[in-house]
Amino acid sequence: MTGGEAAPLVELRFLAAANRLRRVRRIVHGHLLRCGCADACARDVVIAVDEACQNIIRHAYRGESGKIILQLRRNGDDVVVRLIDFAPPVDPTRIRPRPLDELRPGGLGTHLIRQLMDRIEFLPPPDGAGNLLQMTKKIGCPP
Amino acid sequence: MNVTTTRTDRHAVVALQGEVDLQTSPQVRKELLQCLGEAFHVFVDLAGVTYIDSSGVASLVEAFQLARKNGTRFALVGVSDAALRVLQLARLDRVFAIFPSLDDAIAAGR
Repeated sequence: MTGGEAAPLVELRFLAAANRLRRVRRIVHGHLLRCGCADACARDVVIAVDEACQNIIRHAYRGESGKIILQLRRNGDDVVVRLIDFAPPVDPTRIRPRPLDELRPGGLGTHLIRQLMDRIEFLPPPDGAGNLLQMTKKIGCPP
Repeated sequence: MNVTTTRTDRHAVVALQGEVDLQTSPQVRKELLQCLGEAFHVFVDLAGVTYIDSSGVASLVEAFQLARKNGTRFALVGVSDAALRVLQLARLDRVFAIFPSLDDAIAAGR
């Protein structure tokens, strides 16, 4: 982590499991509202966080047990969400949204994340971690 | 999340309430496919949906495709703002038949 960044508004550590996501959504939504995010914007960020966690559960850990660390920061006009996992490193070039004109049940999550967030980056993970996904969205109100 | 299904001799109405997510969407998928397996026309009431994720949407898409293959009607009714937001982002609001109410959906099939 770089030295100059703000401390997280919240840091959550939770099992990479479907039954943890409801609580994570609730906590993230609450913190976004408290840091000045409008409700509609907060709901959009929550969708992106949920879909990114699902990607970790389904595609990084692939059904194996593991942990996720979520950090939520306010950085000027932006909210910054970091998701750290301990799964084998993923190849970011293989994470692509499917074309929406192909009507099939899966593959929407990555499309939703890209539509809802302004910037999505895989950063070098901390020592011992597998992946660090950073998602940023301008929330358009002063800190 | 609650799934409540009401069956008549002509159709089934599957009403979803609460949060449809990775944990709860398998229940939705199972109920929708069972209704379609019974040759009902299926209407999904999304008025009470406060959250739906891509896995929930995937269940709707799978049911829609099965209905199309079987030649039965499949429509969404009373779609909540939260559900409509995700359907619009996925551009599926142009794919699904969506009606303001169950009465509207039934009337459109007459």
